[in-house]
Amino acid sequence: MLRILGLWLFCAGLWLVLSGYFNIPLLLVFGALSCALVVFIAWRVEKADPEDQPLHLKIGPQAILYWPWLVWQIVLANLDVAKRILDPKLPISPTMIKLKPTQRSEVGQVIYANSITLTPGTITASLSDGVLEVHALTQEAADSLLEGDMDRRVTALERSNA
Amino acid sequence: MTWLIDLLSGLALLGGVFFVIVGGVGLVRMPDFYTRMHAAGITDTLGAGLILLGLMFQGGWTLVTAKLLLILIFLWLTSPTASHALFKAALADPSNSQPLLYKEPPSSNS
Amino acid sequence: MFAATALGILVCMVLAMARALLGPTVYDRIMAVNAFGTKTVLIIAVLGFMTGRPDFMDIALVYALINFIGTIAVLKFIRYGDMGWPRNMPDEPDNF
Repeated sequence: MLRILGLWLFCAGLWLVLSGYFNIPLLLVFGALSCALVVFIAWRVEKADPEDQPLHLKIGPQAILYWPWLVWQIVLANLDVAKRILDPKLPISPTMIKLKPTQRSEVGQVIYANSITLTPGTITASLSDGVLEVHALTQEAADSLLEGDMDRRVTALERSNA
Repeated sequence: MTWLIDLLSGLALLGGVFFVIVGGVGLVRMPDFYTRMHAAGITDTLGAGLILLGLMFQGGWTLVTAKLLLILIFLWLTSPTASHALFKAALADPSNSQPLLYKEPPSSNS
Repeated sequence: MFAATALGILVCMVLAMARALLGPTVYDRIMAVNAFGTKTVLIIAVLGFMTGRPDFMDIALVYALINFIGTIAVLKFIRYGDMGWPRNMPDEPDNF
């Protein structure tokens, strides 16, 4: 019940931001009704799909620390890849590596895989049975992933959620 | 105060255009499909991010900025998903070539 | 300033279009069209500021959504040859 209310509040906030109508009662009522319809459809879909698991993400201190760190890593990786693209010799060394993430929950592993893909220079090729296959543009990028700094941080993020 | 905001937004836009164009050049220059995906990643992350940041400086504290922030969050959530789906599909296709992998050069010249 | 930004994005769109036309494999083309779509989102946003019409942001947002869904749909079509039922479900939907 709390989740349904939370979903409705989220939809209503999104509706307010996207529409920009704050003081026309008729439109506000229409917005509230359409959010309720969306929540109803979501509830029906959830009942029909047995695989669906609700996403539990809580904002903890680790979560607040992780996203700025990720943005900073993205900036660094962007600069590195841009330098290599503009280099006339094109100094790339594509590598495929396998990683074993230490996160226990699926959400944690997905956050880790998405973070890897979001960082330019490394793309997750597959995630199955707790093994990640990663394609890296350079061996340096692959090595820095194998060091496992990002893995530790995502695991810490997951701990703070649990 | 406005000149400072204009300067910041101009710098962000300039940086964004730089990364967007570098991503485009990489898209053309890279030797095989799998390495091209990394070049596309540059445009999707920092290129788009900096351009939208520059526009946000111009928008100020309005709904437009909120919408730009939503666009940015959405792009950063979906682009890894799309990249991953594309990469996996390309890798699983037997008619498609496997990624070029780097081999240690025999001599010392890089 | 916005005009210069739009010009830069257009240059990159030309490069992406070149890759879409050259691309030896179908995946190259999909990737190029995906990158093209991302840049379309950016250029719509920039054009909205250039012409002083902030309503364009809504169009940009919707375009970002459609770009993602379109990429996934085309990939699914190429992988399976149709957009139909999930593989692990019975052919006949009886409980929907």
